[in-house]
Amino acid sequence: MIYLDHAATTYTDEAVLKEMLPYYSEVYGNASSLHAEGRKATAAVDQSRERVARALGCKKNEVYFTSGGTESDNWAIRGVAYAKKEKGKHIITSKIEHHAVLHTVEQLEKEGFSVTYLDVDEYGTVSPESVAAAIRPDTVLVTVMAANNEVGTLQPIKEIAQICKERGVLMHTDAVQAIGAVPINVQELGVDLLSLSGHKFYGPKGIGVLYVRSGVRLQRFMLGGAQERSMRGGTSNTPGIVGLGFAIEKAVNEMEENNAHVTALRDRFIAAVTERIPYCRLNGHPQSRLPNNANFSFQYVEGESILLSLDFEDICVSSGSACTSGSLEPSHVLLAMGMPEELAHGSIRFTFGKRNTVADVDKTVDVLQNALQRLRAMSPLFPG
Amino acid sequence: MYNEKVLENFRNPQNVGEIPDADGVGTVGNASCGDIMQIFLKIENGIVVDAKFKTFGCGAAVATSSMATQMIIGKPIEEVEKVTNRAVVEALEGLPPQKIHCSVLAEEAIKKALEDYRSKKAAE
Ligand SMILES: Cc1ncc(COP(=O)(O)O)c(C=O)c1O
Ligand SMILES: [Zn+2]
Repeated sequence: MIYLDHAATTYTDEAVLKEMLPYYSEVYGNASSLHAEGRKATAAVDQSRERVARALGCKKNEVYFTSGGTESDNWAIRGVAYAKKEKGKHIITSKIEHHAVLHTVEQLEKEGFSVTYLDVDEYGTVSPESVAAAIRPDTVLVTVMAANNEVGTLQPIKEIAQICKERGVLMHTDAVQAIGAVPINVQELGVDLLSLSGHKFYGPKGIGVLYVRSGVRLQRFMLGGAQERSMRGGTSNTPGIVGLGFAIEKAVNEMEENNAHVTALRDRFIAAVTERIPYCRLNGHPQSRLPNNANFSFQYVEGESILLSLDFEDICVSSGSACTSGSLEPSHVLLAMGMPEELAHGSIRFTFGKRNTVADVDKTVDVLQNALQRLRAMSPLFPG
Repeated sequence: MYNEKVLENFRNPQNVGEIPDADGVGTVGNASCGDIMQIFLKIENGIVVDAKFKTFGCGAAVATSSMATQMIIGKPIEEVEKVTNRAVVEALEGLPPQKIHCSVLAEEAIKKALEDYRSKKAAE
């Protein structure tokens, strides 16, 4: 199997898994319990919080564990919107956000908030000037992702956060794809809230973090027990928390080495595809992009049929095409970048990881070339 | 998501190609919805003696094109006209619910090719 879908999820690193395992059936206490077994879990959660804080450059009490990136995004946006609704009800975001953000702000629109969706350029970049121009007296939050999950384009988060600070508006960033791929320090970036998710950097699934700068007022999200300093009820997912803490530390420590590896593979892939496959184009920013991401549009063919053809050869990728999702619309990200619908339907995302090899890249290019020849011969759009 | 029969029809689709001197051609769908299907018919004495297709589309679109052409070859026009997308889906032993709209195209393409055949005949 050749797995080239690391933006969807990564495997859990062996060392991470080893750290987690004792917390299932040996050290299984509830981190809220007062007895010794509970205290062992509390200590483990506390150590993990420390690791996350160190990785992000923040304080321990600014780290909240959640069930993943989706919850962190939901909480950050609704938490600020509800806490600030007396001040204003306007939120700014971009057209290329993950659905965890987009569906949350759409829901807020139904509840009477107003939302500005910023355009992006052809590379999928949000301009800081457009943020500045969109801020109104009643704007309470700007949420722009650090790195796009489909095309990998990195966003000018630092510049946007600077503008928000000057204008007295809170700034949230979905950094789910950025952690472990680009340096993320919340002080340097100047963001007020940041979402991340364990399973994108070789940690476990179903665990995430919301960073909240101290002093930022946020409405609590999960009502229940007094966990997470009474801000997020629910028994702490100790194994997940331990895994996430260990994984983020490892990801940050090994970032340079990992990036060198995946960038070399990615660039070899881009070069070979560009040379050997006609009528294709690389989507996203040519330089300012995630080190492991290559997203291509292949003209005259539909993405799912490419994906299936690769799947027959045991190669895992994902497509920006739509008819799988039940809607007829292709990827909202590619459309926001101004891509014609036909081309957007023929887009495939390849995201490389630590275990991939040069042989994986070469095999994939061969299979892809054959698949495209076959599918194009079948296509009524192909000029021949 | 797809069953074996659908995957087999996608992997080894039957009747791919064009018929240069086709008696009827039908093209339906558009690139913006993600599926385009083109069906070519050769008709002799009221019988579809050959059918070929070209499809831009997902796995379901390719598989239904393949199955639909297999189902109509050798059949008289009156029967071909009655081939519904449901019959094609049944022959494929089912499609995921969100893919049914892709299979409708096959029925429409066949109908359109027959229309084309009739208008060509009328012009003769
Ligand atoms: C940019 C982005 N935000 C949010 C999420 C959701 O994270 P999770 O799967 O942990 O809920 C993902 C991953 O699917 C993502 O890529
Ligand atoms: Zn389809």
